[in-house]
Amino acid sequence: MIRLAGMLAGVALALAAGSAPAAANNAAPRGDPQAGAAIYARCLACHALAYDRTGPRHCGLFGRRAGSVKGFHYSEAMKRSKIVWNAKTLDHFLANPLKAIPGTAMGYAGIANRKERADLIAYLEQANASPECRKSPHPQQ
Amino acid sequence: MSFLILGKAPDALAARRSFIGKSGLLLSGAAVALLAGQEALAKDGKSGASDVRILNTALGAELEAIAAYQLGAQSGLLQKPVLALALTFQGHHKQHAEILSKTIAKLGGKPVAAKDKYRFPTDSLKTQADVLRFAATLERGAVSAYLGAVPVFHNSDLAKAAASILGDEAMHWAILRNALGEVPVPSAFMA
Repeated sequence: MIRLAGMLAGVALALAAGSAPAAANNAAPRGDPQAGAAIYARCLACHALAYDRTGPRHCGLFGRRAGSVKGFHYSEAMKRSKIVWNAKTLDHFLANPLKAIPGTAMGYAGIANRKERADLIAYLEQANASPECRKSPHPQQ
Repeated sequence: MSFLILGKAPDALAARRSFIGKSGLLLSGAAVALLAGQEALAKDGKSGASDVRILNTALGAELEAIAAYQLGAQSGLLQKPVLALALTFQGHHKQHAEILSKTIAKLGGKPVAAKDKYRFPTDSLKTQADVLRFAATLERGAVSAYLGAVPVFHNSDLAKAAASILGDEAMHWAILRNALGEVPVPSAFMA
């Protein structure tokens, strides 16, 4: 148990160390799409690029109003949020989804590390320009 | 491919059976914890509603995982030992879904139902390895999803139960990676 506590403390320290430089610098870090692709693996229990699953599709995400994919069953909170997805709003949401939109069905603690969020957003931007997303329908309500 | 080792190593099979038995015990523990959390949650409406939403999202993903393993099992692409493994993992997801559904209902929520139809990347599933890789992708995502859910439960019993399921998903992922000839546990920490 003591070993476990020590390990967890180590993880906490590592996490804190990873986020400190980003916190000290207000400029958004440049995202790396390749690193973001690896981070996107965390999303794949619920999301896909081209079609809806437990979560909505990510193709067509940029410029889309939150809660607007036709036929997808969103939480009322998401539908009411009036958010339009872009790099800034995604960064805010991904940092702490439940705080950004209380009542969202995305029961996920978020991605604390700012560089990881930037990488993920860069990946999503790249993916949205890919042939897979270009040929994918983006039905909106 | 290294999954064939499963078919010719009695020790590995025995270990797997033992593991399956133990994970059944683990889930029973989780079930107790989930149900034990009921009263505490019922007293806190707002927190309880948030926890129910998280559970329902998890349930939706578990139901999809059951359908995904069904697709794999019926694909005709899986050899016998791998098919048995896939059905075992599907059985775990069924147990997860069952306990999540019961808990949501006991907390006053409405459990999401399985969809009539799920969309899967069937065009890219041509071989056994494709099916295993697809399953591994879902399991890896499930580990992250539960990892992200554990700290946001208001009720610590629910967090503990979610962590129990997380452990099971992580074992699925590792075994699927091993079957694909990949390093089963690629890192010391998960995110």
